[in-house]
Amino acid sequence: MTEFGHYLASQLLAGIQTTVILFVGCALVGNLLAIPVALARLSARPWLRYPAVAFILAFRGTPLLVQLYLCYFGVGQLLAGVPSIRYSPFWPMLRGAYGYAFLTLSLNTAAYCGEIWRGAIQAIPDGQREAGQSLGLSKARIMISIFLPQAFRLALPAIGGQNILLLKGTALASTITVFELMGAANLVRAQTFRVYEPLFAAALGYFLLAALVTTGFGFVERRLSRRY
Amino acid sequence: MDSMVSWLSLLGFGDKGWGDELLRGAWLSLEISMSAYIVGLALGLAGALAKLSKRRTAVFVAVAYTTIIRSIPDILIIFLIYYTATDVLRSAVTFTRLASEFQINGFVAATLSLGIVQGGYSTEVLRGAITAVPRGQAEAAHALGLTRRQTFFLVTLPQMIPLALPGLGNLWLVVLKESSLVSLIGFTELVLAGKMAAGATRDYFLFYCAIAFVFLVMSSLSAMLFHALEIATTSSGRHR
Repeated sequence: MTEFGHYLASQLLAGIQTTVILFVGCALVGNLLAIPVALARLSARPWLRYPAVAFILAFRGTPLLVQLYLCYFGVGQLLAGVPSIRYSPFWPMLRGAYGYAFLTLSLNTAAYCGEIWRGAIQAIPDGQREAGQSLGLSKARIMISIFLPQAFRLALPAIGGQNILLLKGTALASTITVFELMGAANLVRAQTFRVYEPLFAAALGYFLLAALVTTGFGFVERRLSRRY
Repeated sequence: MDSMVSWLSLLGFGDKGWGDELLRGAWLSLEISMSAYIVGLALGLAGALAKLSKRRTAVFVAVAYTTIIRSIPDILIIFLIYYTATDVLRSAVTFTRLASEFQINGFVAATLSLGIVQGGYSTEVLRGAITAVPRGQAEAAHALGLTRRQTFFLVTLPQMIPLALPGLGNLWLVVLKESSLVSLIGFTELVLAGKMAAGATRDYFLFYCAIAFVFLVMSSLSAMLFHALEIATTSSGRHR
């Protein structure tokens, strides 16, 4: 391999690790947060429902890029303006872009997946609730044992698609200086003035990761459909 | 209330304020979204027909197209198309000696790259709508002696539009938000205009909030518009 090839490979391998860590972390947090978001969105209590509606509207109505900018540059600026934070020992942690990217991508996924969960929960016939009540189950028990497992099966294909979008969304973290796969490709591009090799290599990396995620979700889907 | 006044003057119009720049950016965002939407729909229609055709190569090309668009980040595809299109066009222009120096128009490059991404998403929506039109309709058209082209444009297409509307509304919301990505290839739409304003005034929070708000308004209004359109088409088309 040429010197350029070695350089490209080493940078991209470093980048793909960050992409994978960012993706897995945000997928875990985002998908777990999605269920409380959906439950709050469906709640009869206005003080729970309206914040959830606003949260979902804000994250689904604005571009991810703007959310990242707002979080990193905007909130970062506000935090830097508070002296007790600016000079606290935690500042070096708060200054890095990684946390902001993690937070934004997780919340974004939570909003989109929350809406998917909401649709799935609403799609379950109400007779299920009545059956649960006639068995003497509590409201929480009905939700956890009857509604959520069935909603999960309904929601799974859409959640898989949303997680692919999350994987693609991690590429935007490079715009707020997170060094992941896309950022690595951009670095090589800027340093060597070669455009196509780094971009195509990064594209291949994302393609393989997406194939992996799709296969994983397909596997879970098949397993779930077999059991019933 | 001093900060309130300075905020308002920053977002206002005129020399001190950035309101006019942001408004022009928002308009450009809408323009770029609309043209990319149209390019995307044209590509999507071609892609959907290719996926449903009997020719192996057409199916293969369409499947490869949608698979690539779905699994590679949009920003990466936009970069790739932007550089490829500029290089190809530049070499074509210099090769034919039309001009020695050639720079691709930013709007065209942005539309093209965003439209190709959008075409991948449109393919799936339109394919679903075409298959949702009952087969009997096309068979009846054949029986009446319509050619395949006539069948598609006169029978299938008018019937699939109401079926496709929810998906088309979603696609518009997607492209509206995706249009923010062309700021990264240097096209001065809303996000880049706001970024410049934020950089010049160091008031990042204010300007990014303003951009987010404008996007929120634009997407909410479009969602309402599409909802009204859906209600209008279902009530007129379903009185059989």
